[in-house]
Amino acid sequence: HLAKSLPLPSERDHLRPRIDLIVFMIDIKSKYSFKNVETSLAYMDASFFLGKVCFLVTGVGRVNACSIEMNAICKLGEAYCSPMLFCELELEGIRVATAQRLIRILQICAGHIPGVSALSFSSLMRNSDED
Amino acid sequence: MDETVAEYIRRTVLKIPRDEIKMMLQKWGFLSEAQLQTLNFHQIKDNISQEVVQLCEENSANIKQAAVLDIIYNHIYQNKRMWSVYRMKKSEEELEYFEITDFKKKFKGRLRSALKNVTITFKEYEDNAIWIRVAWGTPYKKPNQYKPSYVVYHSQTPYVFISASVLKSNLPLLCQALIVASNYHDIREMELRSHSLNSLKDIVFKRYSQNFQTYNPKPLQGENVEPESADIRIVQENRSEKERIHRLNQEVFGSGPQPKLEFAQYKLETMFKNGPKIDALDKKEPFRCLVKFSSPHLLESLKSLAPAGMADAPLSPLLTCIPHKARNYFKIRDKKGSFPDSFVSP
Repeated sequence: HLAKSLPLPSERDHLRPRIDLIVFMIDIKSKYSFKNVETSLAYMDASFFLGKVCFLVTGVGRVNACSIEMNAICKLGEAYCSPMLFCELELEGIRVATAQRLIRILQICAGHIPGVSALSFSSLMRNSDED
Repeated sequence: MDETVAEYIRRTVLKIPRDEIKMMLQKWGFLSEAQLQTLNFHQIKDNISQEVVQLCEENSANIKQAAVLDIIYNHIYQNKRMWSVYRMKKSEEELEYFEITDFKKKFKGRLRSALKNVTITFKEYEDNAIWIRVAWGTPYKKPNQYKPSYVVYHSQTPYVFISASVLKSNLPLLCQALIVASNYHDIREMELRSHSLNSLKDIVFKRYSQNFQTYNPKPLQGENVEPESADIRIVQENRSEKERIHRLNQEVFGSGPQPKLEFAQYKLETMFKNGPKIDALDKKEPFRCLVKFSSPHLLESLKSLAPAGMADAPLSPLLTCIPHKARNYFKIRDKKGSFPDSFVSP
């Protein structure tokens, strides 16, 4: 399901299946997309942040066109305890690899991989110099 | 044949891409078909132009004929030049019959009486466009053929398109000659400039597709808002929003191709509001600022902003009014009164 922002339009509530994973896409060339993601995050139920949210930053291949600071992006990922993936959609190889990673994450979130749950993601993200 | 004419013809031919030289010489019609047959168009351009000059020597070309070749080149490559639009005004609504020879005579007469050293050339095209080329000199110097001004006048309209040379001082004289020749009493420059002459014509002659208020609540059967979404596994949550944006865009921009402009410039003379408290900005003076939008095709890119998700729809009327108001240069000042609101000055 593709949406351009949250909250989702209520008229389609009955057509929506259970949501296992939410991927927030940020285009590093567009400050507008970053702001949009920040505002949409406010509408999220807190329980999703236990591993069912992930950030996908696109357009990282074009270094000259970056409009958002890496600092701001990393802070966002830390604030919401969710993994941050970086990719360049214009290159087919990276596109395919990113899609495969997302499917893997989705399989775990949907409970299709025995022994691994979405909760493991947050433990994998903790900095090694904490504790 | 004059040395300067020979050199001018040589340089003009050098400008033309090699594959088009034959076609342009044919359009020119100064060299006979037999002469053109003798030319070898497969050698380097330097040699081609030398041969052309030789042939022109045989026919004793003068500057007037050379100037016609220049008009032909600039007519085909009109988009290399920057064009400004001027609008003429008549004192009364008299419908005078336009006579081309009368126009030419008056135009030449007016210019020559003010400036002896000018080269004036006319060429008429099928779409009622009269192309005028003017090379400017001074009372003591012969006209500079390499920096001419071009004027395109559609006789049934009050509009004139001018691509002035760098010598801006000749512009008032040119304008004066135009109004005298065409029986208008005033001429004013519009705030509209572009490289694409046809697009400027589209805008002022209102030839682009405009939105007309029609009652059409449902999108037409054939309209497909989401052409790429062939995969039925992808669900668009914001389908109605996308359709709203598409509809708004159609209303504002129409469904046809947009006229081609390269930039829009907004000169702001407004008070700085809602910003951080910086002393320099706290003065009771307007904050002067120039905002310029550039693009290979400005209006098409504005049209695609909202569907691409890069801006909210509807777009600011300051951007969307460009073709309707026939201007891409704006001055924005605060409205005088208790509530400062910006308005566009005429």
